[in-house]
Amino acid sequence: MGALQSLPDEPEYRDLSEKTGFSFEQIGILHKRFKQLSHNEDTLRRDDLNTIPDLSCNPIRTQIIEAFFDKRNFHQNGEGTVQEISFEEFLVVMSHFRPPALDMTEEQREIIRREKLRFLFNMHDTDNDGTITLEEYRHVVEELLSRSGALGKETAKGIADAAMLEVASISMGHMEPDEFYEGITFEHFLKILKDIEIETRMNIRFLNMDTTNLCNRTQSVRVNGCLSGELSSSTGSPQGSVFSSLLYTLYTDGCRSQYEN
Amino acid sequence: MSVWSKIKRAPSPPHSPPSRGLLLLVMLIFLEGTVLTLGAASSPDISAQDNTGGHDHRGIAGSHDHTNYTYTKKAFPVLSLDYHHIQVPFEISLWVLLASLMKLGFHLIPRLSSIVPESCLLIVVGLLVGGLIKLAGEEVPPVLDSNLFFLCLLPPIILDAGYFLPIRPFMENIGTILMFAVVGTLWNAFFVGGLLYAVCQIEGTYLSQVELLPCLLFGSIISAVDPVAVLAVFEEIHINELLHILVFGESLLNDAVTVVLYHLFEEYSGAGEVTPMDVVLGVICFLIVSLGGIAVGAIYGILAAFTSRFTSHTRVIEPLFMFVYSYMAYLSAEMFHLSGIMALIACGAVMRPYVEANISHKSHTTVKYFLKMWSSVSETLIFIFLGVATVAGPHAWNWTFVSVTVILCLVSRVIGVVGLTFIINKFRIVKLTTKDQFIVAYGGLRGAIAFSLGYLLDKDLFPMRTMFLTAIITEIFFTVFVQGMTIKPLVDLLAVKKKQEAKRSINEEIHTQFLDHLLTGIEDICGHYGHHHWKDKLNRFNKKYIKKCLIAGERYKEPQLIAFYHKMEFKQAIELVESGGGVKLPSAVPSQVSMQNIQPKKLPPPVAERALPQFTKGREEEIRKILRSNLQKTRQRLRSYNRHTLVADPFEDGWNDFLLKKQRLIELEKKMSNYLTVPGAIPDSPTMCRARLASDPNAFYNIKASSDGVPTIQVDLASPQSPDSVNMLNEFSKEGQGLGQREGGADRDEDQGLMMKPAGKGEKGEEEGGNKNPGLMRCLSDPGPSNEDEEDEPFLP
Repeated sequence: MGALQSLPDEPEYRDLSEKTGFSFEQIGILHKRFKQLSHNEDTLRRDDLNTIPDLSCNPIRTQIIEAFFDKRNFHQNGEGTVQEISFEEFLVVMSHFRPPALDMTEEQREIIRREKLRFLFNMHDTDNDGTITLEEYRHVVEELLSRSGALGKETAKGIADAAMLEVASISMGHMEPDEFYEGITFEHFLKILKDIEIETRMNIRFLNMDTTNLCNRTQSVRVNGCLSGELSSSTGSPQGSVFSSLLYTLYTDGCRSQYEN
Repeated sequence: MSVWSKIKRAPSPPHSPPSRGLLLLVMLIFLEGTVLTLGAASSPDISAQDNTGGHDHRGIAGSHDHTNYTYTKKAFPVLSLDYHHIQVPFEISLWVLLASLMKLGFHLIPRLSSIVPESCLLIVVGLLVGGLIKLAGEEVPPVLDSNLFFLCLLPPIILDAGYFLPIRPFMENIGTILMFAVVGTLWNAFFVGGLLYAVCQIEGTYLSQVELLPCLLFGSIISAVDPVAVLAVFEEIHINELLHILVFGESLLNDAVTVVLYHLFEEYSGAGEVTPMDVVLGVICFLIVSLGGIAVGAIYGILAAFTSRFTSHTRVIEPLFMFVYSYMAYLSAEMFHLSGIMALIACGAVMRPYVEANISHKSHTTVKYFLKMWSSVSETLIFIFLGVATVAGPHAWNWTFVSVTVILCLVSRVIGVVGLTFIINKFRIVKLTTKDQFIVAYGGLRGAIAFSLGYLLDKDLFPMRTMFLTAIITEIFFTVFVQGMTIKPLVDLLAVKKKQEAKRSINEEIHTQFLDHLLTGIEDICGHYGHHHWKDKLNRFNKKYIKKCLIAGERYKEPQLIAFYHKMEFKQAIELVESGGGVKLPSAVPSQVSMQNIQPKKLPPPVAERALPQFTKGREEEIRKILRSNLQKTRQRLRSYNRHTLVADPFEDGWNDFLLKKQRLIELEKKMSNYLTVPGAIPDSPTMCRARLASDPNAFYNIKASSDGVPTIQVDLASPQSPDSVNMLNEFSKEGQGLGQREGGADRDEDQGLMMKPAGKGEKGEEEGGNKNPGLMRCLSDPGPSNEDEEDEPFLP
């Protein structure tokens, strides 16, 4: 029952763990997923993500995928986009979705908050000029409503306009008719979303009992020093699980009667 | 009502009822007098009651005469009164009146309501009323009878809670809530029951006759947190959403546990022995009771939603369907001893999204107000009855038992919450802090459900029933008075995060949606099927199949964001009219900044003619004709009263209003004819139009009149008609005008009467633009057999 899983190199993981804050186990899970997505290559391309079947129904799919290839999200003060990303960059982007720790000071909370909102802001601000213009905002809303058919198009425009108007009125106060609101800056973005508790909402549960562990596993068997080819299995329980022994008993129960003689 | 009468009639001795009613009356008048001295109260009520009171006296005397001389022919009784005939409904009305007046009175006393929660005051009033009845030598009526409580008083409160349940936070915290509701309640029941039994065995307490099973039964009754009490107190302290939903959700969901435990222990108290088999059966029973309740509720909820699909022609009875279906769900669940509370919650939560999309705006308002009205009256009555029942009941005070109960309840609650949070926190992203735990533990109030369950106990099976009842009442009083009164200062003291009063802005809504999709996407990329993934699946299924079946017309296609946007626009438009149109609007409306400020500057200030709609001579004539005929039609309609519609509402001075509006209509018609003669190009986009309007309101006054005026023809859209007849133009004009209206509204004083056209108008035909201008729209929204209405639509530019 036990699957033979190659343990990754410790020092490399330690490095990544320090950088992103993920535990070894989480990194291992993500690494496996990364390998699976990139078909065992070292880098991941847009096409690899485009082919994920579950993602195909997501209205903001392109934006999500772009976010992974956006240099601004790599913590390196870069700009522009790249064609392919390594596992490290994949992890760094993922780390934006890490749940916050329990004991945080207000300052830490604020930092995490800014980080997460910056990620969102970058997704909206496609041309990287520091503001979300009306055009960009309209695009966001249109994408968001793109699954709702023809009905959405005009309304999306109206919604984006109303939202923009709201931002302008909140952040600028009174404006003269000839003044012009350029677009949402990051500061304004922080201000309008201060009621959304982003630090508690923008996160994914990376629990220890991760299902990737069960679903996308490869296993191989070593007999007399010879390693067999890899076989992917989608069922079964991980080694050491309390469930294993029960399954084993159930599974082998029939054997006894058969081989009694 | 039949339940009421049975309950009320059975125990009351036949000779006393009139005097009891009178006593109540006297008390009412007395209480009202005190209120009157404090401030304002409605005097007509008193005089009316005085009259009826007087009648009663005469009635009694008269009826005596009558029985004595039945044989002899006597003069035809010009005035005779039969109090018995009306006794039950009359007394019911008196109680309701008393409750409502009390609620009214508390808010007239300025400082009191900020110190003492309303529930406490109501209990005190109940105590006073009970005391007065007792002083007058009457038998106190068994007001908080279990049947009355469970069949009449509780359902409105629960339905209100279920219907307006904030689904999102509820589902996000469902694990924690279930943990508290199921495991927490079980723990409380067994801890309290077991330790109570142990205490009873101690020599010298004179309680050795109390057995284990009754103790456990008592524990299960006393351990459940009460939704009524929790609602009453938590509504006043404005705690943050998370804590509110935790405590409140627990109080709702623990019903199933309580029901099962109650029936289990009641059953075995008679039989004596408990075998392991019974425990297994109990667990199965729990699953059936809770899941069955939810299933029953969901079925009725779907039925209600499905029915509401076809009500577009009988708008008046729309709200009724919802109430009746929900009540049926409750009764059906109770019939099988399933959890009625769960059924109601499920019913309300399931039907809400679909029903709201189907019913008209007015019906929605009706539903909202009726639910709130019923639940608040029920709540008031429950607390008053609790006070009365305290005075009424036979009491058996046992210091040990009562004080141990109170202490054990507190201790077990604290241990339960802290212990469970320790486990839960391992799985939660947002951990519960110590403060949160304290509030959750402290907010565990007990209430009338416990009392009613105790009241339900059989006297013969449980000789210590009175002692139990006394202990329950004490516990309720302790939690409601001590905890209920101190929780507010404690919340302030601990600086627990309060609820944000601000309403959701459109930006927040956009980003909530955006985040949902983003997280689903990231989960998919991780290959981790978390709850975002499943939620997304469910949403898609809902949209694809369920909504199609349950929502009439095209509306099911509407995504949440668009629905939210429409609702918001609609609300703003109503606010605009209510504030008089000319007044600056509350912060929600960004009136200081106009669309022009955020538009890219590429567009030069427009030329006046471009904005004007182009009409041919023929069209112009037609429009005039329609305007004129509309004026006439409304006048005719107003005069024909129809019982099934809400047209000529005699309680509003609709007529005067109408005359005023009519004048304005004529004025507008003049203006229309002014600008109609000017040929112009069709406006390119509503946004552009808006920008222009905002930029120089005076110069382009006529344009605005046009954008206001033209849809006015469509006023008849407000009449119930099939939502399928939405037309694209409506769709189109809606968003533009919604905003344009807002901006334009500020500088239009004399025209405010006519602002019926904005946002809501475009929203699916029947959205009843009328609410922007209640008076006029009421006049115009006659669903008469007017097919011309449809013909109006093509004239929009």
